[in-house]
Amino acid sequence: MRALTWHGKHDVRVETVPDPQIVNPRDAIIRVTSTAICGSDLHLYDSYIPTMHKGDILGHEFMGEVVDVGPGSTLQKGQRVVVPFVIACGKCFFCEKQQYSACDNSNPAEKADMSEVLYGYPMSGIFGYSHLTGGYAGGQAEYVRVPYSDVGPIVVPDGLEDDRVLFLSDILPTGWMAAENCDIEPGDTVAVWGCGPVGLFTIQSALLMGAHRVIAIDHYPRRLELARSMGAEVINYHDVKVREALYEMTGGIGPDAVVDAVGLESHGFTIDNMIDAVKTTTKLGTDRAHVLREAILACRKGGRVSIPGVYGGFGDKIPIGALMEKGLQIKTGQTHVQRYLRPLLEMIGEGKVDTTFLISHRLPLEDAPEGYKMFKTQQNEVTKVVLKPH
Amino acid sequence: MSSENVERALESDAPLSAAVHQRDVAHAAAEERSWREAAVVGRTVTINRPRQEVYAFWRDFRNLARFLENIESVEPRDDGRSRWRVAAPGGRTVEWDSVVTADQPGALIAWESADGADIRNTGTVEFRDAPPGRGTEVTATIVYDPPGGDLGKLVAKLFQKEPKVQTRRDLRRFKQLMETGEISTSAAPDPEHAGAAPRGGAQAQG
Ligand SMILES: NC(=O)c1ccc[n+]([C@@H]2O[C@H](COP(=O)([O-])OP(=O)(O)OC[C@H]3O[C@@H](n4cnc5c(N)ncnc54)[C@H](O)[C@@H]3O)[C@@H](O)[C@H]2O)c1
Ligand SMILES: [Zn+2]
Ligand SMILES: [Zn+2]
Repeated sequence: MRALTWHGKHDVRVETVPDPQIVNPRDAIIRVTSTAICGSDLHLYDSYIPTMHKGDILGHEFMGEVVDVGPGSTLQKGQRVVVPFVIACGKCFFCEKQQYSACDNSNPAEKADMSEVLYGYPMSGIFGYSHLTGGYAGGQAEYVRVPYSDVGPIVVPDGLEDDRVLFLSDILPTGWMAAENCDIEPGDTVAVWGCGPVGLFTIQSALLMGAHRVIAIDHYPRRLELARSMGAEVINYHDVKVREALYEMTGGIGPDAVVDAVGLESHGFTIDNMIDAVKTTTKLGTDRAHVLREAILACRKGGRVSIPGVYGGFGDKIPIGALMEKGLQIKTGQTHVQRYLRPLLEMIGEGKVDTTFLISHRLPLEDAPEGYKMFKTQQNEVTKVVLKPH
Repeated sequence: MSSENVERALESDAPLSAAVHQRDVAHAAAEERSWREAAVVGRTVTINRPRQEVYAFWRDFRNLARFLENIESVEPRDDGRSRWRVAAPGGRTVEWDSVVTADQPGALIAWESADGADIRNTGTVEFRDAPPGRGTEVTATIVYDPPGGDLGKLVAKLFQKEPKVQTRRDLRRFKQLMETGEISTSAAPDPEHAGAAPRGGAQAQG
């Protein structure tokens, strides 16, 4: 089959690779009909995530048709499914608590050591996202093997076309969980840093959850425009001092909740020492935490901090004093995608949630390398690229 | 002097695998068994299954080869002993007989290699109820006598490079098998299938 493979910094290629096979009883094979490029994929593209191997198949946002199932799968051939980017067994303590991205079993035994050393305990597997998260082949391919297919994928009705449901795989639930983590109360103002897909879906979700106001922060005019069209007020951080603006716009109180939907890319990703970090847990690189610092300082006293933006290593100069003295609460994590699939699919069906506005480009799989380049270098115009392998 | 450190560690409620002075722990284990030397590895894992079920799976020693990476097979025999077979580098295999020395259904299994084993070893696995609704806590402790000579080098390659890593991977696999019925893998497919036409009913081996 054809698949997008990683070969190094800014070097991704569409190649012919072996077809995936059913390995375990609960597996299914999906024929991919749509797959998106994510902000998180850019971290791989920029070659800052360790434990990538040449030839690894990328892609964690995908959907398609079931073409083969193991005896333990509950799916049927021909069904259309969206697949969560988090791989979760559904049986361990964490899965039973619906903390799917903490699944104890989906990161293979021989791959989980690094995650365990870095974080104290190994995290779940993730499709197409380095060997730290299990080394699973991703979905930017014609076919993909989906483990635990009886608990992960959600079957979607034929009436809902791909563009309306594809983002259930990651960014839609991620935005939803980011807003949920704000514990929004009536009258609340929520400030969201980053108007990429995650930030935009956070804005949409926060308003649906009853936020009085959402203030969005970015510097790309096109992305800010999208934020405004969804009902947010906007701040362009190139033109305006963010903290001062937030202070003034909230009557000197500050936002009740702040969301870091940027992550360690605010000034570039710097956990280049991660592999060494595992060997010598002392010499660690630090993640660039500019947005997180700004958000913590801007947040009102007793407010909430939600961090969907990804960090991998260690943050330097996190204002722990402001955090403690102001009595802030932090909620964060890789999204527990499986938890949100059903309610969000319902809301899409009812027309309450729209995902199609985000898609700016659709390309055949063969043009994926060009898609990565565009998404990386033209962030203003390119808000989301969807690849079509079939 | 060494035993003092071990005794002090025992005053805490944690298992000896968490003791600061691991060399003393190993030394004490050797002394207890009148061995020249001993290596001790151990690990605890919580398994979201009932205690009796987890115990019974382990007690059927044939199952061990499914999740202990270095064990090729364990064959129980009529006399209560079992034959352990380990794949060693260079196509060699090492075999020995094991005798069960303690068996408390649902709680503990202990075994040791019979006289004449090339690698003297003892193992204990304990099963305790985890907090309500959380299944079973399993603690495995393996003590072995690292042999000298050629075999020693072989065994070192097998076990000693990163014995701790080996144990924790083995117990992760045990947990996966008990909880999910499978052992997680992300291994790449067989290259023979490169460019093959879309599938037709490949079945898992189960
Ligand atoms: N928690 C999860 O499970 C999860 C899931 C998906 C993505 N993510 C992460 O969420 C983050 C955003 O993802 P995305 O797809 O929207 O990425 P993206 O790269 O498309 O968007 C990031 C946006 O942040 C903006 N930005 C950069 N610096 C800023 C600053 N100082 N102030 C305000 N805005 C700034 C950029 O201009 C850009 O528009 C990434 O870190 C991604 O890895 C997390
Ligand atoms: Zn994503
Ligand atoms: Zn799980």
